[in-house]
Amino acid sequence: MAGGIKKFVVGSFDDEAVLFPAVKNVRKQGYKIHDVYTPFPIHGLDHALGLRETSIHTAGFIYAITGTTTALSFMSWVFTKDWPLNIGGKPHFALPAWIPITFELTVLFSAVGMVLTFCYLCQLSPFVKKHHFHARATDDLFVMAIECTDKTNDEEVQSFLQKAGAKEINIQHAETGWWIGRYDREQKLYKEEKGY
Amino acid sequence: MNQQFELPGGYKKWTWGLIAAGIIALLYGFIVLHPFAPVSNESGVHNTGTRFWAVLLQNSVYWLLVVNASMFFICVTTMAMGGWQVALRRVPEALSSVVPTLGIITFLVLMAIVWGGRTDIYIWLDKSVVAKDHILNGKSGFLNPVFFTIWSAVAIIMWWLLGRKMRSMSLESDKNGTMDYETGKKWIWKNTVWASLYTVFFGLSVASTVPWLWIMSIDAHWYSTMFSWYTFASTFVSGMSLVALFIIFLKNRGQLEYVTEEHLHDVGKFMFAFSVFWTYLWFSQYMLIWYSNQPEETKYFIERIGTADKPGPYNGLFFLNLILNFLCPLLILMKRGTKRNWTMVTIMAVLIIFGHWIDFYQMVMPGTMKEHAEMMPFEFGIAALFIGLIMWGAGRYFTKHPLTAKNHPFLKESIIHHT
Repeated sequence: MAGGIKKFVVGSFDDEAVLFPAVKNVRKQGYKIHDVYTPFPIHGLDHALGLRETSIHTAGFIYAITGTTTALSFMSWVFTKDWPLNIGGKPHFALPAWIPITFELTVLFSAVGMVLTFCYLCQLSPFVKKHHFHARATDDLFVMAIECTDKTNDEEVQSFLQKAGAKEINIQHAETGWWIGRYDREQKLYKEEKGY
Repeated sequence: MNQQFELPGGYKKWTWGLIAAGIIALLYGFIVLHPFAPVSNESGVHNTGTRFWAVLLQNSVYWLLVVNASMFFICVTTMAMGGWQVALRRVPEALSSVVPTLGIITFLVLMAIVWGGRTDIYIWLDKSVVAKDHILNGKSGFLNPVFFTIWSAVAIIMWWLLGRKMRSMSLESDKNGTMDYETGKKWIWKNTVWASLYTVFFGLSVASTVPWLWIMSIDAHWYSTMFSWYTFASTFVSGMSLVALFIIFLKNRGQLEYVTEEHLHDVGKFMFAFSVFWTYLWFSQYMLIWYSNQPEETKYFIERIGTADKPGPYNGLFFLNLILNFLCPLLILMKRGTKRNWTMVTIMAVLIIFGHWIDFYQMVMPGTMKEHAEMMPFEFGIAALFIGLIMWGAGRYFTKHPLTAKNHPFLKESIIHHT
């Protein structure tokens, strides 16, 4: 699922109190924010970035009712058609006894389904790589990547970020999607373009 | 914020209308249902007096525990250092201020039943039956009129006093101006101590002994260790629904300026979560009894749903209970948009309160009225009396005191609350 190589102006901030007005100003200026990478979840950043509400809970509901249906239909098939057993004189269709298992499968399907959906949406998986705009985004820096188009004047963007309070600013050419492989091989692809 | 809230005329009309309807129902009961006629326990005899006392017992216990649940909500959020509920805190406070009124009524009803020898309600009041009955004899240390009276009185008085202490601390803070850090810390600590005392006593009363004495002892031979939790969940979810209704009412009158849909969302979450919690307990109680199939335990459910060959008289109510209190809240309140929608929360709150009223109806009636229960205007009239009393008590609190606890140290946290 490669998204192709694009050019970014990357600004790193060391304070979320600076980051929030910066996000607001960058958006007001009309620049396109590719994403903001933070060391920890920041309450309200999704609203500041103008991201829409996630629909992962709708997906979760669909996985959950799939689990409910799987459990109920499988158990009723086994206990009434495939292998009816007399257990303590209870009816073959022993609904109350199946409820705990139905509940468990509902939770299991929705939990596992939501985690996998989340990983897919965030492009996370074992053996899969994504470009890191700044290694310290996992530690103490808030990293904002602004996507450049043909018309973007990167000098202007850089000075704009400077004014907004960014501590480090640079230009990177990066693969936007995920890929299977290793970082070092991929880095060679745009070696000559890393001229900053 | 500082101006006093005036109750709108419609509210007053409804309050007095409901109380008047309730008093008419009560008078009808006194005249037509012969509540003081001698008790006859012979089978086949339709005793109208039983219905009178059973309905009063159901309604008084249900509505008392519902308003008491709102004080539990305050205490638990205080102990958890919760801040989001401060903007709406006066609403549960107002509801809990009705506890003394309903407590006295409930106590009078219970005393009339116990000392009036209503063996049709509590079979363990009959000394000759208890003497011959091995099981009831074993329980007589707990199920006897003296202990019943003392413990009921202690429970109601403790809810009253501890609740009053919590309310008075909140109201005092209005007079003293904004607290500095040290005063605020001390004040929160004092609140936490009293809230813990209330919660411990709540555990000893509502979450255990009180439902055993007041409701479970109707079916004196039967017992369930899940029963008190189940009644607690029932009343707590109705209590939160009642809080939601009053929040929406006050918000519609332009009050509670800091309450937004974020707060409504959290109250809605409580309604949703405790509906599911109620179902969990309801189902656990049902399934264990169904599974182990002990005659002395299944008797409780046979009286309600009947057997495979012969459906019981409460079959419909029993499953209606499950639909109203589990399926509807689960499917409707699950969506985020519903919990943030003032109209939908109103509808669901009314549905939940009615549903749990039905739940209490099917707890009380099968053991007392046997197969003769019929839901008639009398039942709804008595319910109207209690709703009217709650509206009266809460309305009085709203007009006497400011609707926002403006000096609470956590008020800012509540204002900027965001889910």
